[in-house]
Amino acid sequence: MDPPMDFQVVVLAGGTSDKLSPLVSKELPKALLPVANKPLLSYPLELLEASNLKNIIVVVEGDEAATQVESWLSVAYMDRLNVEVVKTPGDVGTVGAIRAVAPFLISTDILIVSGDLVSDTSPGAIAATHRRHGAAVTALFCPAPVSGGADSSTSGGKDKAKKPSRCNIVGLDPTRQFLLHVVSGAKVEKDIHIQKRIVRAVGQMEIRSDFMDAHVYAFKRTVLLDVLEKENLYSIKQDVLPYLVRTQLRSEISAKKENSADESSNGATKELPSEDININSAVPSNQNLRWLSQHREIAPSSYQEIHISDCDMNKSRPAKKTHKCCIYLSGKTQYCARLNSVQAFGDINRDMLGEASRITGYTFSAQNNVVHPTVVQGAKTTAGGQCIIAEGTILGDKCSVKRSVIGRHCRIGSNVKIVNSIVMNHITIEDNCTIQGSVISSNVQIQERASLKDCQVGAGYVITAGSEYKSEPLTKK
Amino acid sequence: MDLRRPNRPVIGPKVRQVGFVTPDSAAATSSSSIPAVSAAAATSAGSPPSSLSPVMIPPPRHPSTEMSNPHFHPVGSYNPSEQILGSPPALSPSRSSRFDADGSDFGGDDDESVALSGVGGGMTPKSSLLMRQPVTKTAPLVSETHKRDSNVSKGKGDGPSAAPKEKLTKAERRATQEAQRAAKAAAKEAAAAGGAPSVSKQPKPATKPATQQKKDVPSGSGPLQPLAPSGSIEKKQGKKEVAAPHPRMQFDDMTKVGKLKKRAVVNQSEARNRVELFRHLPQYEHGTQLPDLELKFFQLDLIHPSVYQVGLQFLSDKISGGNARCIAMLLAFKEVIQDYTTPPEKTLTRDLGAKVGSCVSFLIECRPLSVSMGNAIRFLKNRISSLPHNLSDKEAKSRLQSDIDRFINEKIIIASKAIVEHGVSKIRDGDVLLTYGSPSVVESIFAYAHGIKKNFRVVVVDSRPKHEGQGLLRRLVERGIHCTYTHLNAVSYVMHEVTRVFLGASSVLSNGTVYSRVGTACVAMVAHAFRVPVLVCCEAYKFHERVQLDSICSNELGDPDAISKVSGRKNLNYLDGWAQNENIQLLNLKYDATPSDYVSVLVTEQGMLPPTSVPVIIREYGIERLWT
Repeated sequence: MDPPMDFQVVVLAGGTSDKLSPLVSKELPKALLPVANKPLLSYPLELLEASNLKNIIVVVEGDEAATQVESWLSVAYMDRLNVEVVKTPGDVGTVGAIRAVAPFLISTDILIVSGDLVSDTSPGAIAATHRRHGAAVTALFCPAPVSGGADSSTSGGKDKAKKPSRCNIVGLDPTRQFLLHVVSGAKVEKDIHIQKRIVRAVGQMEIRSDFMDAHVYAFKRTVLLDVLEKENLYSIKQDVLPYLVRTQLRSEISAKKENSADESSNGATKELPSEDININSAVPSNQNLRWLSQHREIAPSSYQEIHISDCDMNKSRPAKKTHKCCIYLSGKTQYCARLNSVQAFGDINRDMLGEASRITGYTFSAQNNVVHPTVVQGAKTTAGGQCIIAEGTILGDKCSVKRSVIGRHCRIGSNVKIVNSIVMNHITIEDNCTIQGSVISSNVQIQERASLKDCQVGAGYVITAGSEYKSEPLTKK
Repeated sequence: MDLRRPNRPVIGPKVRQVGFVTPDSAAATSSSSIPAVSAAAATSAGSPPSSLSPVMIPPPRHPSTEMSNPHFHPVGSYNPSEQILGSPPALSPSRSSRFDADGSDFGGDDDESVALSGVGGGMTPKSSLLMRQPVTKTAPLVSETHKRDSNVSKGKGDGPSAAPKEKLTKAERRATQEAQRAAKAAAKEAAAAGGAPSVSKQPKPATKPATQQKKDVPSGSGPLQPLAPSGSIEKKQGKKEVAAPHPRMQFDDMTKVGKLKKRAVVNQSEARNRVELFRHLPQYEHGTQLPDLELKFFQLDLIHPSVYQVGLQFLSDKISGGNARCIAMLLAFKEVIQDYTTPPEKTLTRDLGAKVGSCVSFLIECRPLSVSMGNAIRFLKNRISSLPHNLSDKEAKSRLQSDIDRFINEKIIIASKAIVEHGVSKIRDGDVLLTYGSPSVVESIFAYAHGIKKNFRVVVVDSRPKHEGQGLLRRLVERGIHCTYTHLNAVSYVMHEVTRVFLGASSVLSNGTVYSRVGTACVAMVAHAFRVPVLVCCEAYKFHERVQLDSICSNELGDPDAISKVSGRKNLNYLDGWAQNENIQLLNLKYDATPSDYVSVLVTEQGMLPPTSVPVIIREYGIERLWT
């Protein structure tokens, strides 16, 4: 079956991320981490499914993780999606993951989606933008999450202090369509070095630091495969994208390619150096060379020769090999976040209960919560707004659950308060416990009168009776 | 046309012809007394002088819609005779007196209706009374002769102004009847049946006082017109349209637009506040189409990716210009053909034709086709249908692809080279050449002339909102050509020094009318007034056998926001939120029609021709005759 619109989709599901410990373990790969009681990977998959993309390649790091993901996929999406799981050895980076699937890639363009993306930005829009510009790469950027709300404001401050890696320095053209400069993560320095050549070609550059790379890229396959041949690239976000952006005016990648790659380079030849995008990007194509060049993106080679010779004859400046790097900015109303830290895990879970509840696919009741009909609630137990309680859970008397997610088959004793927390599956909480702002992994046992605040509890941990913890990660030794 | 040429002043009436002439006026000018008479009538009726009198909308009406709400009638419709047409028995004196009463009642509403029209000016209560009276009086006299008709009505006339009115109707009757027939024919041709009725349904559309009067007068002659034919014509039109929507559909007919919308792929929400005169043209809310289409990127399996890409590029104006769009489309079709496999139990010639048709309709949704694209599509479909049946798929596909290649090569690339050679011969040393916008062929001419060391100077005239000329200017200056850049407003000033005007064209129609970027007509007219030769450069594949006298019937509306916003002038925000105000209508036309009078010579690949030779080119070298 042909890929729709000549696009193939690769989802990079990751393996067992260190950043997410203690939540993620060998038993629970990152892809299956429950977010609002659904595995994380289901969010990108459902997003893709909504866009009618049914043939998906999922790359998972590590054998065990791959097996688990595969078995989950075969149950959950058996009849809906045609998912192929490819496993890679751990720690090869995103580039390594793409290298692993390179033999499967056949379509003109490849859409690479991070498996930890929780968003409702349509991949179709990114793909369409990519096609419209005939770009070598199109990246989705979204406004960096500004931690809002009372409870997350403190953590937000902490966030900024400890994670500058999440902000990118992005240079855009005035129309915000082209990506002119990108420095991401750890490579952000005090000074920003911008290529003169690009600024000269564009005339004006907008530099922003409040956009986040959402790790959704549309690549031209030829460009991507070319880049993969290069050594010492590890991450798409930190190596490949900056490399492509940096070299967009002196492209080497497609120099040796035959027709199809040539198209991209030549198409761009006229685009960037002729200050079209700059002064008036409203000025559309104008000259005959320009119109010919526009078609070069889809033109067969026989025309190219004519047009190139045309250009060279007429153009004073020599035609250069270039390619285009485009950007798709998600709208303000759209939700877009990546689950790549414990902090983000908490934030996203909260967002799923609140502002972005539409993504979860649950229907919230009149009390603004989702309580599965099989849930047994004791006397005087209240489940407040913005709660999700999954099936089989038993709540004792006088419990109070607010703004929390409670997984399947939990047994919760009497007089337990759970606020602002995430409680995964098969957890036993005995009487008179208080849990605030914490994440509790599966199979944890919390004995009576325990009190947890802002803790992350690893799977299988046992919290002894009467103990109190504050802001600690707790894992089983 | 020839008659007009000597005795008309150069500037006055021709200005009108550029913008606002409909087929009616052609008929009206044949008996030259009409405009004067109508002008007299207008002034006598106390409304502004009929400087705009040639503005005439062909008045085909649906009697059925008129009849359905008789209460609406006295207020909204300015041709009560239409109702009379439908219901002769009602034409008793008592009825007519009631009509008068209605008219006077209506006088109060009149101001309101004028205000709603948004164009300004309006019919005074008095005039509306006057207009109605002759109708009610002539109605009972259907069977009588013209003479008696006029006599009787004169006798009954209740004011001094009524008598001249009556004379006027008599004098005009024949001409207007002719005009009406011509208009109907034109309307039929353009499938314009829906055009006027929706206009008449509302009280709003009092476009201009002169228009109303003009509309009234022909309807006043209604009773004399045979009833049955007009009705049957309209019925026929209706049937035809249901069967197959005309490419030049009228977009003011809600039912048809609704049907079209159901099929539409691109989300098209109708723009508000469309200018009355251009309601028949498609115009949608800009700004929502592109994101919507992008969202659906993966959902549209039926559309080939390359067609989709081209459509997106049309929609976002990334590709514009007749040649560019045509080539982009053809190359996309080439890929469609490449990827095509004939489904079982179907024949290639039929199925591929339908497939191309669906691609074309998608492209139309993105942006209306240009004439050049229309011709190219016709060529392609022609080639598809004329394929021999015994060909294998592979052969047929490769044949079609080479046909497309040849078309692009011969009709566009080589043609523009030939035009360059012809055009350069008209450039002498020391010339000052003016061009408007950014025509690709003209640019090649300049570049080539500069290359062969001709010594000349270029004036680039540009206009808002597209500022296409800036790109041209930059490229010309890069080549070292001495340039002057100005805007359309200053064209009369720069024309003094200009020795040649080179213009591009989107299409040249068989009466020699040049259909081109809006503003071209203005440049050509000024050049004509200054006796500067105007050379229009156009490939012959853009010629079309259609005849068009104005730029109203067929045109394209651009994004109104493009003209309401001035880039770089943030404080010029008077038009912000204009869409909320019913009284503001912004008109951003994309094309205009330059009459052949202003064109000195057409430069085509067949040589330099007078504009009157267009039909010959179409006949001898037309698309149909290509490699047959």
